[in-house]
Amino acid sequence: MADDMLKSTNLPQNPERATLEGRNKFMGFWFFLGGETVLFASLFGTFLALRNSTAEGPAANEVFGLELVFIMTMVLLTSSLTSVYAMYHMKNNDPKKMQLWLGITVALGFVFLGFEIYEFYHYVNHYEFGYSTSAFSSAFYTLVGFHGAHVAFGLVWIIGLMIRNAKRGVNLYNAPKFYIASLYWHFIDVVWVFIFTVVYLMGKVG
Amino acid sequence: MSTTARKAGFGATLWDYLTTVDHKKIGILYLIGGFFFFLLGGLEAMLIRIQLIAPDNEFISAQFYNEVLTMHGTTMIFLAAMPLIFALMNAVLPLQIGARDVAFPFVNALGFWLFFFGGVMLNVSWFVTGAPDAGWTAYAPLSIFSEGHGVDFYAIGLQIAGFGTLMGGINFIVTVVNMRAPGMTYMRMPLFTWTAFIASVLILFAFPALTVGLFLLTFDRLFGANFFDPSMGGNVIIWEHLFWIFGHPEVYILILPAFGVFSEVISTFAKKRLFGYSSMVFATVLIAFLGFMVWAHHMFTVGLGPIANSIFAVATMAIAVPTGIKIFNWLFTLWGGSIRLTSPMVFALGFIPTFTIGGMTGVMLASAAADFQYHDSYFVVAHFHYVIVGGTVLGIFAGIIYWWPKMFGTMLNEKLNHWFFWLFFIGFHLTFFVQHFLGLMGMPRRYWKFQGEQGLDLFNLISTIGALFMAVGTIIFIYNVIVTQTKGQKVSGDPWDGRTLEWAIPSPPPFYNFKQEPLVRGLDPLWVEKMEGDGKIKPAEPLGDIHMPNRSFVPFVMSLGLFIAGFGVMYQGGYWILAVIGFAITAGSMLYRSFKDDLGYHVHKEDLEDEEGDGSNG
Repeated sequence: MADDMLKSTNLPQNPERATLEGRNKFMGFWFFLGGETVLFASLFGTFLALRNSTAEGPAANEVFGLELVFIMTMVLLTSSLTSVYAMYHMKNNDPKKMQLWLGITVALGFVFLGFEIYEFYHYVNHYEFGYSTSAFSSAFYTLVGFHGAHVAFGLVWIIGLMIRNAKRGVNLYNAPKFYIASLYWHFIDVVWVFIFTVVYLMGKVG
Repeated sequence: MSTTARKAGFGATLWDYLTTVDHKKIGILYLIGGFFFFLLGGLEAMLIRIQLIAPDNEFISAQFYNEVLTMHGTTMIFLAAMPLIFALMNAVLPLQIGARDVAFPFVNALGFWLFFFGGVMLNVSWFVTGAPDAGWTAYAPLSIFSEGHGVDFYAIGLQIAGFGTLMGGINFIVTVVNMRAPGMTYMRMPLFTWTAFIASVLILFAFPALTVGLFLLTFDRLFGANFFDPSMGGNVIIWEHLFWIFGHPEVYILILPAFGVFSEVISTFAKKRLFGYSSMVFATVLIAFLGFMVWAHHMFTVGLGPIANSIFAVATMAIAVPTGIKIFNWLFTLWGGSIRLTSPMVFALGFIPTFTIGGMTGVMLASAAADFQYHDSYFVVAHFHYVIVGGTVLGIFAGIIYWWPKMFGTMLNEKLNHWFFWLFFIGFHLTFFVQHFLGLMGMPRRYWKFQGEQGLDLFNLISTIGALFMAVGTIIFIYNVIVTQTKGQKVSGDPWDGRTLEWAIPSPPPFYNFKQEPLVRGLDPLWVEKMEGDGKIKPAEPLGDIHMPNRSFVPFVMSLGLFIAGFGVMYQGGYWILAVIGFAITAGSMLYRSFKDDLGYHVHKEDLEDEEGDGSNG
């Protein structure tokens, strides 16, 4: 029976939910994302309370530029789409294509993270907008940084799964793992949509 | 397999517990850990009461007093009450729903070790820098300006323990949703399972707020953030909001499972089905829902304005309605029952009036205008001890005594249990009843000293004497545990004439719990079989192989890594190396966990038939 878990033939339609372990992971992870929602809601609340508390430091509309952030948004949204393709191929038991699309997802994730690091670097060096500049700057870097750390964690996670399963196909054991990693990836994408709106758009025009 | 483990030496037993993923053993670990911290918190309480035995006492210094009172609250809430509730949940919940295991055995173990190392971290502070001294609520800016590293230990220790609690909560939610035996519908679940389930949902949605609050506190203190520094635009009220958005649901996390215990105990020892079962479930859910809408009643004096205060006041008072429903349901369950005054039942009977008093002072405190008088006085101290000790602690002890035979296969001495109850109960009321009046007379909480000749002397003396009674009661309980376990006299699987599934299997249960999945045919399934069947639970499946998870040392190592990293983050400078090592250990063990296939193993049905049970479920 244990061997069945690692077999890649005759997979059911939804291999990620075909076993009790898979269903548990699937559901547990949804609940975890519920908790993560409260985590980010608390960070958003803190940010909203402090977004005009610039002390002597620069204000939101002085530092933020929408061009780069817009590109970042597009990159991350696209990576969500590519992870959907990966899951599509996983359900069709096509591990090669799944790996390919996961690879593209990860690449886009790295582009996003690179831009974010550049963005932070730019703010610190050109606007003297550091972590300790004001309550606003602390709240900004904490909220966006938490999101960035989530992206980085997701990248390590997905790369780990890709390496571990590089030489074997989809099976009942690893399908739930891939699936919840993609759920996680969608979640950080959704959070970014809120960051783009609440932090950047409202910071520029709000 | 279990027979060889029983005869193992100390080293093997230790290794067994360090690597276990069995919910019943994790329950025992939680019990030991939680009870240890309960004694520590009790010791701190005794120091507080001895300091306040007389006016102008110099028993301990002012700074040490602040540390002791902070650690008393923090320890009792996070390191004693929470884990003891988790002990009961682990020991009983899977058995009550007829599950062989929890949904995430590995995560369950990880949750315990994170709690353990978080608790150890908090208490290491005593020896290296002085304990946290800003109160268990750690209000900013006091917590920001607190010198030394005490509050850093608070922030990082609770952070680690909090991760563990969150994981434990998710594990129990999924266990209840996905792992119920055939026929165990939601509305047939025992009340303890229901309340544990709802408390787990509260944990899931409340703890992340604390996580964020603690992160902000850590960042302010250690990394130069300005969240709580008004001179840099920060706002200290944010901490209060985040803390109580977590903190108020937290008190329902503590009390709901205790309600569940009493529901089981009262129904069993009144020999009646619980009165108003569905209204009990409904009331539990309603309390949980309202519990998220009332956090600002801790902040009436902050100055949020009359509108906010009124809304939160009314919402708070509304909670008295579902709670009242519960009280009456318990009373109606007792009504006309054939009552057995066993010690868990006596705890339950003591709980009802005590908790009602705590509930009434709660409604008094909920009146925002009156709260300006009560705020930060001993009246508040009396109120929350009435609900937490009178509710949660009595519930925990009732639960420990009630399920002790299920956990250990032995029975605590009933006579000593009764002695424990009466000493603890009388001591409790002596300690805290008079504190209502101390508060109304104007004695503020958390003060190191009070002055003589102000009418406060006698009540403080009575309060301290009461605390001594509680201490003696607890010592009797410990003595009882030692005597019972040394004697080791075994009892049957169903010593209380129980009603729910856990009493249908041997005590302690085999590691796979149920040889065959049970078929549940109604509320109180065992009672249904006792009345309408042959007293045995019907199996829902033919005898077959049982899938079990592998044991693992990884949860321990993963938690140890965070423990080590915490010191690095705190002391910085040359100690950064500790953070690097610690995070590397944690990340490494996470990768190891991800990379190594862990498919578990099967117990073959041929081996199962050799095992001896008491015959109740095969």
